[in-house]
Amino acid sequence: MSNSIKQQIVISGVGGQGVLFVTRLLAEAAIMKGLSVFTSETHGMAQRGGTVLSHLKVGNFSSPLIRPGNANGLLALKADSFARHGYFLKPGAWVAVNSREDAIVGPEFSAYTIDAEILAQRIHNPKSVNLILLGFALAAISGTLENSLFCTLEDIITVLQQRLAKKKQMLDDAVKAIETGFKSVK
Amino acid sequence: MSKPKLMLGNEAIAQGLMESGCVMATSYPGTPASEILASFAALQEKGSEKRHIQWAVNEKIAFEIAYTGSMAGLRTAVSMKQVGLNVASDPLMSAAYLGVKGGFVVISADDPGPHSSQTEQDSRLMAMMAKIPVLDPDSPRQAKEMIALAFQLSEAFEIPVMLRPTTRVCHARQDVHPGDDLPHKREVDFQKDPARWAATPKFRLHLHQELEKKLNTISRYKKTAPIRLNAEATASKALIVSGVAAAHAKEILKDLNLWDVIPMYQVLQPFPLHQDFVSHMIKTYSEILVVEETTGVIEMQLADRHCIKGKLTGSVPSVGELLPETIQQIIGEFAGIDIEPIDLPSEPGIRPTLCAGCPHRAAFFAVKKAAPKGIYPSDIGCYTLGLNLGAVDTVLCMGAAVSQAAGFYHSYKHEKKPPDIVATIGDSTFFHAGVPALIDAVVQKVRFVLVILDNRTTAMTGNQPTPAMGMGACGESLNSVNIEGVVEGCGVQFCRVGDPYQLKEFTDLLKEAVKYSRENGPAVVISRHPCLIDRFRKETPGWQPLKVEVSDACDGCAFCIDHFECPALILDKTEERVSIDPILCNGCGVCISVCPKKSIKEIKNDA
Repeated sequence: MSNSIKQQIVISGVGGQGVLFVTRLLAEAAIMKGLSVFTSETHGMAQRGGTVLSHLKVGNFSSPLIRPGNANGLLALKADSFARHGYFLKPGAWVAVNSREDAIVGPEFSAYTIDAEILAQRIHNPKSVNLILLGFALAAISGTLENSLFCTLEDIITVLQQRLAKKKQMLDDAVKAIETGFKSVK
Repeated sequence: MSKPKLMLGNEAIAQGLMESGCVMATSYPGTPASEILASFAALQEKGSEKRHIQWAVNEKIAFEIAYTGSMAGLRTAVSMKQVGLNVASDPLMSAAYLGVKGGFVVISADDPGPHSSQTEQDSRLMAMMAKIPVLDPDSPRQAKEMIALAFQLSEAFEIPVMLRPTTRVCHARQDVHPGDDLPHKREVDFQKDPARWAATPKFRLHLHQELEKKLNTISRYKKTAPIRLNAEATASKALIVSGVAAAHAKEILKDLNLWDVIPMYQVLQPFPLHQDFVSHMIKTYSEILVVEETTGVIEMQLADRHCIKGKLTGSVPSVGELLPETIQQIIGEFAGIDIEPIDLPSEPGIRPTLCAGCPHRAAFFAVKKAAPKGIYPSDIGCYTLGLNLGAVDTVLCMGAAVSQAAGFYHSYKHEKKPPDIVATIGDSTFFHAGVPALIDAVVQKVRFVLVILDNRTTAMTGNQPTPAMGMGACGESLNSVNIEGVVEGCGVQFCRVGDPYQLKEFTDLLKEAVKYSRENGPAVVISRHPCLIDRFRKETPGWQPLKVEVSDACDGCAFCIDHFECPALILDKTEERVSIDPILCNGCGVCISVCPKKSIKEIKNDA
């Protein structure tokens, strides 16, 4: 089965939100599952406070970039990310958005909205919006067969445990954030 | 086989250096190359072998140190960004003639786009000018493999070899299998040969002839020959691709169902292009499309041009990054397939800005107060973003702030009322190329103020140490050189240090410097406050972040937004007042002194 998995995901937000961290967790989950992976990220001048966009390609690919109209999903850490980066999506794609109001997307996409800022404040971890959104996406998107994510909540927690093995407090906070997002799906 | 690891392209390059037994690596930081040396240093900590790994003061020095290691018989490498190679071009040209003993790899990372550079220049043209071979990787995995290949090639022909990755290779991550480190067997052994290592012009002619012979043989070297990717395709049109454009093209050809139709060749060594390959292509195909970044280096070596399409024929853009969607259009057109162009929304995004609480912002605000009608030459680093505050008028290249200040001074000096000139330069950039320019300014009595923005680090590229830090690439303790000492050593009479967070005092100091410079010549103010990004390591003792709030006195005049542009200050136009974003605010407290209405105040906890 793993040979046939091919998923292209765009993750977008602004500097300081932890776009690269989420990208890395997903990429390491892919490797853990024996899948090939490509990510592409922004450094240097382009990174200073501006829009941060990363591309994640899981499965057998040769190019690090996603072409417009080819992404299976968009993880949007900002409400306006769909307007800005929705052109990467192909028809039928999913969009998971951190937003106060329901995201407005075309009928050809499935949108899932969560107010991750409020949840982050509730767990006293204002910088955990990225993980809450990821947890939410893992729960919300696995409902649809066609477009389920290549990994599960358990996979991501295993990656976190490896990465933060020596940082108990950070690990606990991270797991709590991702579970908060996951459980918010009813 | 080893377990795959998620590696940044630059980490894969470092892994390749380690596996090839490279024992000396030098660099000066620059995006997208910065992580190569840092990753090599991180690998070293685990190994038992002693290697020399260093951040040099600039790329020329980095090049000369690593090159000399190879003259002494060791495997060595130097890494830098493409414009860094300009700085190192003097030793590069000469080293090509003299050749090497131990393998010597020059890694020059290009930045098509450009994402984080002042030019899109193609380092492969520099290799061509220097007459050394260059390898062009398409992915982190291939970059690692090419390091091994580069060392073999370098030692087989006693020639420096360039690896030219681009941003999309350096800053992609991929699953890469780490190999075993090659225990380094090469012994240090400098064989004196002044006729070669100190060759006079007459002997240089002979060396040039030798170099041409080497290149001729390298253009027939089997291990770096172009690869035919799809043997089953038989069309009379063919594609030639290299670098990350090859990575995109492979995927696109499959998606367009052309993989079994159009023959595709990947060039590994764009210069010198393999002679047999050139004749085979010209003889076999009626039409050939060349897709490469950034200049048509492969294309221009295809001498018989009647069947060639590429940048020179306008089929491929000569400017900007070749994004996969662009390549898809080009290949579609070449194959005669209609591909609907995708309507991309204009992507306004958010403009880059200095971090909230960045000490540079305070320094720029003070510069504008001290010399409101001044000319402000600046330099390469985070502080280029002083543009947003109107405190940066020019940015040319590393170190130019100082010499451009001189250029403006000499241009205006015969005018009745010459403008004040306040130049800004970062601490690392000052060491890199500012020092000779400052000596020149002292000698020429240039009346200007130089503000050295000393944030105790090389911030833009990821906080590498500067010569003032006394710390090496592996965290080892080294000597430090203090900036005041250098400035005074250059002959500057007015050299003072201030903390830009103390905005009023700092502005007064700048005013004094401006006044001094009008009468006497160069004045230097060192604006010293550590970078926020690594402040936890180096914060000024005793300094505590302040909690600030905007009082009801705020009438939404937006002075702070327009003139201080801190991202933590948010203007609500309908409410006509400014608020502070508590997540973004880093508590520098400078905005308290910026507000003309005195409506930004510190929140006192003990009240």
